[in-house]
Amino acid sequence: MTQPSEALISATNLSVTHGGAPVLSGVDFTIAPGEIVTVVGPNGSGKSTLIRALIGLEPAATGQVTRQPGLVIGYVPQKLHLDASLPMTVGRFLSLPKRVRDADAAAALVRTGVPGLEGRQITRLSGGQFQRVLLARALLARPQILILDEPTQGLDQPGTAAFYKLIEEVRHETGAAVLMVSHDLHVVMSASDRVICLNGHVCCAGTPRVVSNAPEYRALFGMGTGGAFALYQHVHDHDHDHDEGHGHDPAHPHHAHPQAHGHDHSHTHDCEHDHAG
Amino acid sequence: MLDDFLTRAALAGAGLTLATGPLGSFVVWRRMAYFGDATAHAAILGVALSFGFGISVYAGTLAVALGMALTVAQLSGRGHAMDTVLGVLAHSALAFGLIAASLISGLRVDLSAWLFGDILAVSRADLGIVWGGALLVLAALVWRWQGLLAATVNEELAQASGLNPRTERLVLVLALALTVAVSIKIVGALLIAALLIVPAATARQFARTPETMALGATATGAVSVVLGLWASMRFDTPAGPSIVAMAAALFTASLIFPRRA
Repeated sequence: MTQPSEALISATNLSVTHGGAPVLSGVDFTIAPGEIVTVVGPNGSGKSTLIRALIGLEPAATGQVTRQPGLVIGYVPQKLHLDASLPMTVGRFLSLPKRVRDADAAAALVRTGVPGLEGRQITRLSGGQFQRVLLARALLARPQILILDEPTQGLDQPGTAAFYKLIEEVRHETGAAVLMVSHDLHVVMSASDRVICLNGHVCCAGTPRVVSNAPEYRALFGMGTGGAFALYQHVHDHDHDHDEGHGHDPAHPHHAHPQAHGHDHSHTHDCEHDHAG
Repeated sequence: MLDDFLTRAALAGAGLTLATGPLGSFVVWRRMAYFGDATAHAAILGVALSFGFGISVYAGTLAVALGMALTVAQLSGRGHAMDTVLGVLAHSALAFGLIAASLISGLRVDLSAWLFGDILAVSRADLGIVWGGALLVLAALVWRWQGLLAATVNEELAQASGLNPRTERLVLVLALALTVAVSIKIVGALLIAALLIVPAATARQFARTPETMALGATATGAVSVVLGLWASMRFDTPAGPSIVAMAAALFTASLIFPRRA
Protein backbone atom coordinates (compact mmCIF):
# COMPACT_ATOMS: atom_id res chain seq x y z
CA MET A 1 0.00 0.00 0.00
CA THR A 2 3.02 2.25 -0.21
CA GLN A 3 2.85 3.19 -3.86
CA PRO A 4 0.17 1.12 -5.58
CA SER A 5 1.29 2.31 -9.00
CA GLU A 6 4.71 0.75 -8.46
CA ALA A 7 3.40 -2.54 -7.12
CA LEU A 8 4.04 -5.65 -9.22
CA ILE A 9 0.83 -7.23 -7.98
CA SER A 10 -1.78 -5.69 -5.75
CA ALA A 11 -5.14 -6.80 -4.49
CA THR A 12 -7.85 -4.75 -2.86
CA ASN A 13 -10.65 -6.26 -0.81
CA LEU A 14 -10.05 -9.62 -2.48
CA SER A 15 -12.47 -12.43 -1.68
CA VAL A 16 -12.40 -15.93 -3.14
CA THR A 17 -15.04 -18.61 -2.71
CA HIS A 18 -14.90 -22.33 -3.39
CA GLY A 19 -18.34 -23.68 -4.21
CA GLY A 20 -19.98 -20.79 -2.38
CA ALA A 21 -17.88 -21.20 0.76
CA PRO A 22 -15.63 -18.24 1.47
CA VAL A 23 -11.94 -19.13 1.50
CA LEU A 24 -10.54 -15.62 1.53
CA SER A 25 -12.32 -12.43 2.43
CA GLY A 26 -11.35 -8.79 2.33
CA VAL A 27 -7.66 -9.28 1.65
CA ASP A 28 -5.55 -6.25 0.75
CA PHE A 29 -2.18 -7.10 -0.64
CA THR A 30 0.68 -5.49 -2.44
CA ILE A 31 4.20 -6.49 -3.38
CA ALA A 32 6.85 -4.09 -4.63
CA PRO A 33 9.81 -4.83 -6.91
CA GLY A 34 12.62 -6.64 -5.11
CA GLU A 35 10.60 -7.35 -1.99
CA ILE A 36 10.46 -10.74 -0.26
CA VAL A 37 7.03 -11.39 1.18
CA THR A 38 6.11 -14.59 2.97
CA VAL A 39 2.57 -15.76 3.61
CA VAL A 40 2.17 -17.94 6.68
CA GLY A 41 -0.94 -19.44 8.21
CA PRO A 42 -2.43 -22.70 9.43
CA ASN A 43 -3.73 -25.40 7.07
CA GLY A 44 -6.84 -24.29 5.23
CA SER A 45 -6.16 -20.63 5.89
CA GLY A 46 -6.23 -19.82 2.17
CA LYS A 47 -2.49 -19.34 1.58
CA SER A 48 -2.38 -21.20 -1.70
CA THR A 49 -5.69 -19.70 -2.75
CA LEU A 50 -4.28 -16.23 -2.19
CA ILE A 51 -1.26 -16.68 -4.41
CA ARG A 52 -3.29 -18.55 -7.02
CA ALA A 53 -5.72 -15.66 -7.12
CA LEU A 54 -2.83 -13.19 -7.39
CA ILE A 55 -1.45 -15.10 -10.39
CA GLY A 56 -4.91 -15.25 -11.94
CA LEU A 57 -5.46 -18.99 -11.59
CA GLU A 58 -8.56 -18.43 -9.46
CA PRO A 59 -11.23 -15.83 -10.07
CA ALA A 60 -11.97 -13.20 -7.45
CA ALA A 61 -15.49 -13.36 -6.04
CA THR A 62 -15.23 -9.72 -5.02
CA GLY A 63 -12.49 -7.17 -5.01
CA GLN A 64 -9.77 -6.73 -7.55
CA VAL A 65 -6.35 -8.09 -8.43
CA THR A 66 -4.06 -5.89 -10.48
CA ARG A 67 -0.91 -7.17 -12.09
CA GLN A 68 1.58 -4.85 -13.73
CA PRO A 69 0.98 -5.05 -17.50
CA GLY A 70 3.32 -7.63 -19.05
CA LEU A 71 4.47 -8.83 -15.65
CA VAL A 72 6.78 -11.83 -15.97
CA ILE A 73 6.00 -14.35 -13.24
CA GLY A 74 8.20 -17.29 -12.29
CA TYR A 75 5.82 -19.72 -10.63
CA VAL A 76 6.90 -22.76 -8.63
CA PRO A 77 3.75 -24.66 -7.70
CA GLN A 78 3.26 -26.73 -4.58
CA LYS A 79 2.96 -29.98 -6.47
CA LEU A 80 3.44 -30.87 -10.06
CA HIS A 81 2.48 -34.27 -11.32
CA LEU A 82 3.93 -35.31 -14.65
CA ASP A 83 2.06 -38.07 -16.41
CA ALA A 84 4.27 -41.09 -17.02
CA SER A 85 2.94 -41.29 -20.58
CA LEU A 86 4.81 -38.09 -21.41
CA PRO A 87 8.53 -38.60 -21.94
CA MET A 88 10.30 -35.45 -20.81
CA THR A 89 13.93 -34.72 -20.11
CA VAL A 90 14.94 -31.95 -17.74
CA GLY A 91 16.51 -30.09 -20.66
CA ARG A 92 13.29 -30.19 -22.69
CA PHE A 93 11.22 -29.18 -19.68
CA LEU A 94 13.36 -26.07 -19.14
CA SER A 95 12.52 -24.99 -22.70
CA LEU A 96 8.79 -24.72 -21.94
CA PRO A 97 6.96 -22.61 -22.79
CA LYS A 98 9.77 -20.55 -24.30
CA ARG A 99 12.77 -22.18 -25.91
CA VAL A 100 16.04 -21.40 -24.14
CA ARG A 101 19.61 -21.95 -25.26
CA ASP A 102 21.33 -25.06 -23.93
CA ALA A 103 24.00 -22.92 -22.28
CA ASP A 104 21.36 -20.89 -20.43
CA ALA A 105 19.58 -24.03 -19.29
CA ALA A 106 22.86 -25.52 -18.05
CA ALA A 107 23.70 -22.30 -16.20
CA ALA A 108 20.28 -22.23 -14.53
CA LEU A 109 20.74 -25.81 -13.32
CA VAL A 110 24.16 -24.92 -11.94
CA ARG A 111 22.68 -21.89 -10.22
CA THR A 112 19.97 -23.93 -8.50
CA GLY A 113 22.44 -26.58 -7.42
CA VAL A 114 21.53 -29.43 -9.74
CA PRO A 115 24.15 -29.23 -12.51
CA GLY A 116 24.23 -31.70 -15.37
CA LEU A 117 20.67 -33.04 -15.04
CA GLU A 118 19.65 -32.02 -18.59
CA GLY A 119 19.43 -35.55 -19.93
CA ARG A 120 17.53 -37.04 -17.00
CA GLN A 121 13.84 -37.87 -17.19
CA ILE A 122 11.73 -35.58 -14.99
CA THR A 123 9.88 -38.55 -13.53
CA ARG A 124 13.16 -40.03 -12.29
CA LEU A 125 14.14 -37.02 -10.18
CA SER A 126 14.01 -36.93 -6.40
CA GLY A 127 11.66 -34.42 -4.74
CA GLY A 128 14.48 -32.03 -3.94
CA GLN A 129 15.96 -32.22 -7.42
CA PHE A 130 12.58 -31.58 -9.00
CA GLN A 131 11.98 -28.52 -6.81
CA ARG A 132 15.30 -27.10 -7.97
CA VAL A 133 14.53 -27.88 -11.60
CA LEU A 134 11.19 -26.09 -11.19
CA LEU A 135 13.03 -23.12 -9.75
CA ALA A 136 15.57 -23.21 -12.60
CA ARG A 137 12.72 -23.17 -15.10
CA ALA A 138 11.08 -20.25 -13.32
CA LEU A 139 14.38 -18.32 -13.31
CA LEU A 140 14.98 -18.88 -17.03
CA ALA A 141 11.95 -16.71 -17.76
CA ARG A 142 13.87 -13.84 -16.09
CA PRO A 143 10.91 -13.12 -13.85
CA GLN A 144 10.17 -9.82 -12.17
CA ILE A 145 8.57 -11.84 -9.41
CA LEU A 146 9.12 -15.37 -8.21
CA ILE A 147 6.07 -16.99 -6.67
CA LEU A 148 6.66 -20.14 -4.67
CA ASP A 149 3.92 -22.23 -3.06
CA GLU A 150 5.42 -24.23 -0.21
CA PRO A 151 8.51 -24.93 -2.26
CA THR A 152 10.25 -27.02 0.38
CA GLN A 153 7.58 -29.63 0.93
CA GLY A 154 9.27 -32.96 1.20
CA LEU A 155 12.72 -31.51 1.86
CA ASP A 156 14.52 -32.21 5.11
CA GLN A 157 15.65 -29.45 7.46
CA PRO A 158 19.09 -28.78 5.92
CA GLY A 159 17.58 -29.01 2.44
CA THR A 160 14.92 -26.50 3.39
CA ALA A 161 17.44 -24.06 4.84
CA ALA A 162 19.62 -24.40 1.73
CA PHE A 163 16.64 -23.81 -0.53
CA TYR A 164 15.67 -20.56 1.19
CA LYS A 165 19.26 -19.40 1.17
CA LEU A 166 19.25 -20.00 -2.57
CA ILE A 167 16.07 -17.94 -2.93
CA GLU A 168 17.62 -15.06 -1.07
CA GLU A 169 20.76 -15.21 -3.19
CA VAL A 170 18.66 -15.22 -6.34
CA ARG A 171 16.86 -12.14 -5.16
CA HIS A 172 20.19 -10.38 -4.63
CA GLU A 173 21.46 -11.39 -8.04
CA THR A 174 18.38 -10.72 -10.13
CA GLY A 175 16.47 -8.17 -8.09
CA ALA A 176 13.30 -10.21 -8.56
CA ALA A 177 10.60 -9.87 -5.96
CA VAL A 178 9.74 -13.08 -4.12
CA LEU A 179 6.33 -14.10 -2.86
CA MET A 180 6.18 -17.39 -1.06
CA VAL A 181 3.85 -19.49 0.99
CA SER A 182 5.42 -21.52 3.70
CA HIS A 183 4.97 -23.84 6.61
CA ASP A 184 8.58 -23.44 7.62
CA LEU A 185 7.86 -20.41 9.73
CA HIS A 186 11.16 -20.14 11.48
CA VAL A 187 13.51 -20.47 8.57
CA VAL A 188 11.43 -18.47 6.15
CA MET A 189 10.83 -15.48 8.32
CA SER A 190 14.49 -14.65 8.61
CA ALA A 191 14.77 -14.06 4.89
CA SER A 192 11.55 -12.05 4.53
CA ASP A 193 11.12 -8.32 4.35
CA ARG A 194 7.49 -8.72 5.22
CA VAL A 195 5.39 -11.56 6.61
CA ILE A 196 1.66 -11.85 6.13
CA CYS A 197 -0.17 -14.02 8.59
CA LEU A 198 -3.29 -15.39 6.98
CA ASN A 199 -6.36 -17.12 8.33
CA GLY A 200 -9.07 -16.56 5.74
CA HIS A 201 -8.17 -12.89 6.02
CA VAL A 202 -5.03 -10.98 6.94
CA CYS A 203 -4.51 -11.42 10.67
CA CYS A 204 -1.38 -9.40 10.91
CA ALA A 205 1.41 -8.27 8.66
CA GLY A 206 4.74 -6.58 8.96
CA THR A 207 8.41 -7.35 9.49
CA PRO A 208 9.17 -10.84 10.79
CA ARG A 209 9.90 -9.35 14.22
CA VAL A 210 6.60 -7.50 14.40
CA VAL A 211 4.58 -10.48 13.23
CA SER A 212 6.22 -13.01 15.50
CA ASN A 213 5.47 -10.75 18.46
CA ALA A 214 1.90 -10.04 17.41
CA PRO A 215 -0.78 -11.55 19.65
CA GLU A 216 -2.71 -12.67 16.53
CA TYR A 217 0.26 -14.66 15.33
CA ARG A 218 0.82 -16.16 18.75
CA ALA A 219 -2.85 -17.07 19.01
CA LEU A 220 -2.65 -18.93 15.71
CA PHE A 221 0.64 -20.68 16.22
CA GLY A 222 0.48 -21.09 19.98
CA MET A 223 3.24 -22.42 22.16
CA GLY A 224 5.90 -22.81 19.50
CA THR A 225 6.18 -19.10 18.92
CA GLY A 226 8.68 -18.33 21.61
CA GLY A 227 11.04 -20.96 20.34
CA ALA A 228 10.40 -19.89 16.78
CA PHE A 229 11.38 -16.37 17.59
CA ALA A 230 14.61 -17.53 19.16
CA LEU A 231 15.38 -19.59 16.10
CA TYR A 232 14.48 -16.68 13.90
CA GLN A 233 16.99 -14.50 15.73
CA HIS A 234 19.64 -17.12 15.38
CA VAL A 235 19.19 -17.66 11.65
CA HIS A 236 18.97 -13.94 11.13
CA ASP A 237 22.37 -13.44 12.76
CA HIS A 238 23.85 -16.18 10.69
CA ASP A 239 22.61 -14.52 7.53
CA HIS A 240 24.29 -11.30 8.43
CA ASP A 241 27.60 -13.06 8.89
CA HIS A 242 27.32 -14.55 5.48
CA ASP A 243 25.98 -11.65 3.52
CA GLU A 244 28.23 -9.13 5.20
CA GLY A 245 25.52 -6.54 5.24
CA HIS A 246 24.06 -5.91 1.83
CA GLY A 247 22.17 -3.10 3.38
CA HIS A 248 18.75 -4.08 2.11
CA ASP A 249 17.34 -4.86 5.51
CA PRO A 250 17.14 -1.37 6.93
CA ALA A 251 15.34 -0.08 3.85
CA HIS A 252 12.32 -2.30 4.01
CA PRO A 253 11.01 -2.16 7.54
CA HIS A 254 10.16 1.50 7.01
CA HIS A 255 7.35 0.89 4.64
CA ALA A 256 6.47 -2.42 6.21
CA HIS A 257 5.83 -1.02 9.65
CA PRO A 258 2.88 1.27 9.02
CA GLN A 259 1.07 -1.56 7.32
CA ALA A 260 1.68 -3.84 10.25
CA HIS A 261 0.19 -1.32 12.60
CA GLY A 262 -2.83 -0.80 10.41
CA HIS A 263 -3.61 -4.47 10.43
CA ASP A 264 -2.89 -4.84 14.10
CA HIS A 265 -5.67 -2.45 14.87
CA SER A 266 -8.27 -3.43 12.36
CA HIS A 267 -8.11 -7.20 12.54
CA THR A 268 -7.36 -8.12 16.10
CA HIS A 269 -10.88 -9.22 16.89
CA ASP A 270 -11.27 -11.23 13.72
CA CYS A 271 -8.32 -13.41 14.51
CA GLU A 272 -9.13 -14.26 18.04
CA HIS A 273 -12.78 -14.99 17.47
CA ASP A 274 -12.40 -16.81 14.21
CA HIS A 275 -14.46 -14.52 12.04
CA ALA A 276 -17.95 -15.62 13.02
CA GLY A 277 -19.41 -13.02 10.72
CA MET B 1 1.21 -44.54 -60.30
CA LEU B 2 -1.89 -43.17 -58.61
CA ASP B 3 -3.95 -45.42 -60.86
CA ASP B 4 -3.08 -48.34 -58.66
CA PHE B 5 -5.66 -48.64 -55.87
CA LEU B 6 -3.07 -50.17 -53.56
CA THR B 7 -0.71 -47.23 -54.03
CA ARG B 8 -3.53 -44.80 -53.34
CA ALA B 9 -4.43 -46.75 -50.21
CA ALA B 10 -0.86 -46.73 -48.92
CA LEU B 11 -0.48 -43.01 -49.65
CA ALA B 12 -3.77 -42.19 -47.95
CA GLY B 13 -2.85 -44.18 -44.87
CA ALA B 14 0.65 -42.75 -44.69
CA GLY B 15 -0.69 -39.21 -45.12
CA LEU B 16 -3.12 -39.74 -42.31
CA THR B 17 -0.35 -40.80 -39.94
CA LEU B 18 1.28 -37.37 -40.36
CA ALA B 19 -1.63 -36.08 -38.29
CA THR B 20 -2.37 -39.08 -36.10
CA GLY B 21 1.25 -39.41 -34.87
CA PRO B 22 1.58 -36.08 -33.07
CA LEU B 23 -2.16 -35.73 -32.38
CA GLY B 24 -2.35 -39.27 -30.99
CA SER B 25 0.59 -38.45 -28.74
CA PHE B 26 -1.38 -35.57 -27.24
CA VAL B 27 -4.40 -37.86 -26.86
CA VAL B 28 -2.20 -40.26 -24.87
CA TRP B 29 -0.47 -37.56 -22.80
CA ARG B 30 -3.73 -35.86 -21.91
CA ARG B 31 -5.61 -39.10 -21.36
CA MET B 32 -8.14 -38.15 -24.00
CA ALA B 33 -8.46 -41.65 -25.44
CA TYR B 34 -12.17 -41.78 -24.79
CA PHE B 35 -12.52 -38.36 -26.36
CA GLY B 36 -11.30 -39.77 -29.65
CA ASP B 37 -13.91 -42.51 -29.38
CA ALA B 38 -16.69 -40.03 -28.73
CA THR B 39 -15.79 -37.84 -31.68
CA ALA B 40 -15.44 -40.87 -33.93
CA HIS B 41 -18.78 -42.37 -32.91
CA ALA B 42 -20.42 -39.05 -33.54
CA ALA B 43 -19.02 -39.25 -37.06
CA ILE B 44 -21.46 -42.08 -37.86
CA LEU B 45 -24.29 -39.69 -37.16
CA GLY B 46 -22.53 -37.30 -39.50
CA VAL B 47 -22.41 -39.92 -42.24
CA ALA B 48 -26.12 -40.66 -41.90
CA LEU B 49 -27.03 -36.98 -41.93
CA SER B 50 -24.81 -36.36 -44.95
CA PHE B 51 -26.76 -38.94 -46.93
CA GLY B 52 -30.05 -37.64 -45.56
CA PHE B 53 -29.34 -34.10 -46.67
CA GLY B 54 -27.35 -35.06 -49.73
CA ILE B 55 -24.17 -33.25 -48.74
CA SER B 56 -20.55 -34.37 -48.81
CA VAL B 57 -19.77 -37.06 -46.26
CA TYR B 58 -16.61 -35.20 -45.27
CA ALA B 59 -18.55 -32.01 -44.60
CA GLY B 60 -21.30 -33.78 -42.65
CA THR B 61 -18.85 -35.78 -40.59
CA LEU B 62 -16.72 -32.74 -39.87
CA ALA B 63 -19.75 -30.73 -38.76
CA VAL B 64 -21.01 -33.38 -36.34
CA ALA B 65 -17.52 -34.22 -35.03
CA LEU B 66 -16.89 -30.50 -34.42
CA GLY B 67 -20.22 -30.14 -32.65
CA MET B 68 -19.42 -33.14 -30.49
CA ALA B 69 -15.94 -31.93 -29.67
CA LEU B 70 -17.12 -28.47 -28.67
CA THR B 71 -20.01 -29.87 -26.63
CA VAL B 72 -17.68 -32.15 -24.70
CA ALA B 73 -15.20 -29.33 -24.13
CA GLN B 74 -18.03 -27.16 -22.80
CA LEU B 75 -19.71 -29.77 -20.58
CA SER B 76 -16.52 -31.05 -19.03
CA GLY B 77 -15.85 -27.57 -17.68
CA ARG B 78 -19.14 -27.58 -15.78
CA GLY B 79 -18.60 -30.14 -13.08
CA HIS B 80 -19.71 -33.27 -14.92
CA ALA B 81 -17.20 -36.10 -14.78
CA MET B 82 -15.44 -36.28 -18.12
CA ASP B 83 -15.88 -40.01 -18.68
CA THR B 84 -19.62 -39.78 -17.93
CA VAL B 85 -20.11 -36.92 -20.36
CA LEU B 86 -18.18 -38.77 -23.04
CA GLY B 87 -20.00 -42.04 -22.37
CA VAL B 88 -23.40 -40.39 -22.68
CA LEU B 89 -22.55 -38.41 -25.81
CA ALA B 90 -20.49 -41.03 -27.62
CA HIS B 91 -22.97 -43.85 -27.36
CA SER B 92 -26.03 -41.65 -27.90
CA ALA B 93 -24.45 -40.27 -31.05
CA LEU B 94 -23.63 -43.76 -32.27
CA ALA B 95 -27.18 -44.98 -31.52
CA PHE B 96 -28.84 -42.01 -33.20
CA GLY B 97 -26.44 -42.35 -36.10
CA LEU B 98 -27.33 -46.01 -36.60
CA ILE B 99 -31.06 -45.23 -36.39
CA ALA B 100 -30.74 -42.37 -38.84
CA ALA B 101 -28.76 -44.61 -41.17
CA SER B 102 -31.45 -47.29 -41.04
CA LEU B 103 -34.09 -44.77 -42.10
CA ILE B 104 -32.21 -43.84 -45.23
CA SER B 105 -32.80 -46.40 -47.94
CA GLY B 106 -29.70 -47.69 -49.66
CA LEU B 107 -27.31 -46.74 -46.86
CA ARG B 108 -27.86 -49.88 -44.81
CA VAL B 109 -25.65 -52.01 -47.02
CA ASP B 110 -22.83 -49.53 -46.95
CA LEU B 111 -22.79 -48.89 -43.25
CA SER B 112 -19.97 -51.27 -42.44
CA ALA B 113 -17.79 -49.29 -44.84
CA TRP B 114 -18.21 -46.25 -42.61
CA LEU B 115 -17.75 -48.16 -39.39
CA PHE B 116 -14.62 -49.93 -40.55
CA GLY B 117 -13.49 -47.81 -43.47
CA ASP B 118 -12.64 -48.87 -46.98
CA ILE B 119 -9.14 -47.74 -47.67
CA LEU B 120 -8.93 -49.77 -50.88
CA ALA B 121 -11.72 -47.67 -52.40
CA VAL B 122 -9.91 -44.37 -51.86
CA SER B 123 -10.18 -42.13 -54.93
CA ARG B 124 -7.81 -39.41 -56.08
CA ALA B 125 -10.18 -36.82 -54.63
CA ASP B 126 -10.21 -38.66 -51.29
CA LEU B 127 -6.44 -38.74 -51.37
CA GLY B 128 -6.36 -34.97 -51.77
CA ILE B 129 -8.77 -34.49 -48.88
CA VAL B 130 -6.86 -36.82 -46.55
CA TRP B 131 -3.52 -35.17 -47.28
CA GLY B 132 -5.01 -31.70 -47.12
CA GLY B 133 -6.67 -32.38 -43.78
CA ALA B 134 -3.66 -34.17 -42.32
CA LEU B 135 -1.25 -31.41 -43.36
CA LEU B 136 -3.61 -28.80 -41.94
CA VAL B 137 -3.71 -30.63 -38.59
CA LEU B 138 0.06 -31.10 -38.63
CA ALA B 139 0.63 -27.43 -39.42
CA ALA B 140 -1.66 -26.37 -36.57
CA LEU B 141 0.13 -28.66 -34.12
CA VAL B 142 3.59 -27.51 -35.21
CA TRP B 143 2.52 -23.86 -35.06
CA ARG B 144 1.16 -24.19 -31.49
CA TRP B 145 3.64 -26.88 -30.39
CA GLN B 146 5.34 -25.08 -27.51
CA GLY B 147 2.08 -23.80 -26.05
CA LEU B 148 0.29 -27.12 -26.50
CA LEU B 149 3.12 -28.94 -24.81
CA ALA B 150 3.39 -26.47 -21.94
CA ALA B 151 -0.35 -26.68 -21.32
CA THR B 152 -0.15 -30.47 -21.46
CA VAL B 153 2.62 -30.61 -18.87
CA ASN B 154 0.64 -28.41 -16.50
CA GLU B 155 -2.17 -26.00 -17.30
CA GLU B 156 -1.52 -23.75 -14.31
CA LEU B 157 2.17 -23.48 -15.00
CA ALA B 158 1.31 -22.54 -18.57
CA GLN B 159 -1.21 -19.98 -17.41
CA ALA B 160 1.27 -18.40 -15.00
CA SER B 161 3.60 -18.03 -18.00
CA GLY B 162 0.94 -16.05 -19.79
CA LEU B 163 -0.58 -18.78 -21.97
CA ASN B 164 -4.28 -19.54 -22.19
CA PRO B 165 -4.79 -23.30 -21.67
CA ARG B 166 -8.36 -23.07 -23.01
CA THR B 167 -7.04 -21.95 -26.38
CA GLU B 168 -4.62 -24.86 -26.52
CA ARG B 169 -7.37 -27.31 -25.58
CA LEU B 170 -9.57 -25.87 -28.30
CA VAL B 171 -6.81 -26.33 -30.89
CA LEU B 172 -6.51 -30.00 -29.96
CA VAL B 173 -10.25 -30.60 -30.00
CA LEU B 174 -10.62 -28.99 -33.43
CA ALA B 175 -7.64 -30.94 -34.76
CA LEU B 176 -9.20 -34.14 -33.47
CA ALA B 177 -12.52 -33.43 -35.17
CA LEU B 178 -10.79 -32.67 -38.47
CA THR B 179 -8.67 -35.81 -38.26
CA VAL B 180 -11.70 -37.99 -37.58
CA ALA B 181 -13.56 -36.42 -40.48
CA VAL B 182 -10.83 -37.04 -43.06
CA SER B 183 -9.99 -40.52 -41.80
CA ILE B 184 -13.47 -42.02 -41.65
CA LYS B 185 -13.18 -43.39 -45.20
CA ILE B 186 -9.83 -44.99 -44.47
CA VAL B 187 -10.11 -46.76 -41.15
CA GLY B 188 -13.71 -45.97 -40.22
CA ALA B 189 -15.33 -44.55 -37.15
CA LEU B 190 -14.67 -47.52 -34.91
CA LEU B 191 -10.97 -47.80 -35.59
CA ILE B 192 -9.71 -44.23 -35.90
CA ALA B 193 -9.22 -44.00 -32.14
CA ALA B 194 -6.99 -47.06 -32.36
CA LEU B 195 -4.87 -45.44 -35.06
CA LEU B 196 -4.45 -42.42 -32.78
CA ILE B 197 -3.52 -44.30 -29.64
CA VAL B 198 -1.78 -47.56 -30.53
CA PRO B 199 1.18 -46.16 -32.52
CA ALA B 200 1.69 -43.43 -29.89
CA ALA B 201 1.75 -46.04 -27.14
CA THR B 202 4.32 -48.02 -29.12
CA ALA B 203 6.49 -44.94 -29.66
CA ARG B 204 6.35 -44.17 -25.93
CA GLN B 205 8.46 -47.24 -25.28
CA PHE B 206 11.44 -45.76 -27.11
CA ALA B 207 11.03 -42.01 -26.73
CA ARG B 208 12.93 -39.72 -24.37
CA THR B 209 11.31 -36.45 -25.44
CA PRO B 210 7.82 -35.47 -26.62
CA GLU B 211 9.13 -34.76 -30.11
CA THR B 212 10.72 -38.16 -30.59
CA MET B 213 7.50 -39.79 -29.40
CA ALA B 214 5.41 -37.84 -31.93
CA LEU B 215 7.80 -38.69 -34.78
CA GLY B 216 7.96 -42.30 -33.65
CA ALA B 217 4.17 -42.50 -33.58
CA THR B 218 3.97 -41.29 -37.17
CA ALA B 219 6.65 -43.76 -38.26
CA THR B 220 4.99 -46.65 -36.44
CA GLY B 221 1.63 -45.67 -37.87
CA ALA B 222 2.99 -45.56 -41.42
CA VAL B 223 4.65 -48.96 -41.01
CA SER B 224 1.36 -50.35 -39.68
CA VAL B 225 -0.46 -49.05 -42.76
CA VAL B 226 1.99 -50.71 -45.14
CA LEU B 227 2.08 -54.00 -43.22
CA GLY B 228 -1.69 -53.97 -42.81
CA LEU B 229 -2.28 -53.46 -46.52
CA TRP B 230 0.17 -56.23 -47.31
CA ALA B 231 -1.59 -58.59 -44.88
CA SER B 232 -4.93 -57.60 -46.32
CA MET B 233 -3.79 -58.61 -49.81
CA ARG B 234 -1.95 -61.71 -48.67
CA PHE B 235 -4.67 -63.14 -46.44
CA ASP B 236 -7.69 -61.48 -48.04
CA THR B 237 -8.66 -59.75 -44.80
CA PRO B 238 -10.45 -56.39 -44.49
CA ALA B 239 -7.88 -53.60 -44.88
CA GLY B 240 -8.81 -51.16 -42.05
CA PRO B 241 -8.89 -53.81 -39.30
CA SER B 242 -5.68 -55.35 -40.69
CA ILE B 243 -3.88 -52.00 -40.30
CA VAL B 244 -5.01 -51.68 -36.69
CA ALA B 245 -4.12 -55.32 -36.04
CA MET B 246 -0.59 -54.66 -37.32
CA ALA B 247 -0.33 -51.57 -35.10
CA ALA B 248 -1.37 -53.75 -32.16
CA ALA B 249 1.21 -56.37 -33.11
CA LEU B 250 3.95 -53.71 -33.22
CA PHE B 251 2.86 -52.45 -29.80
CA THR B 252 3.00 -55.95 -28.36
CA ALA B 253 6.46 -56.44 -29.84
CA SER B 254 7.63 -53.14 -28.32
CA LEU B 255 6.78 -54.42 -24.86
CA ILE B 256 9.69 -56.86 -25.12
CA PHE B 257 12.08 -53.94 -24.83
CA PRO B 258 12.45 -52.07 -21.53
CA ARG B 259 11.06 -48.56 -21.57
CA ARG B 260 13.86 -46.12 -22.32
CA ALA B 261 12.55 -43.44 -20.02
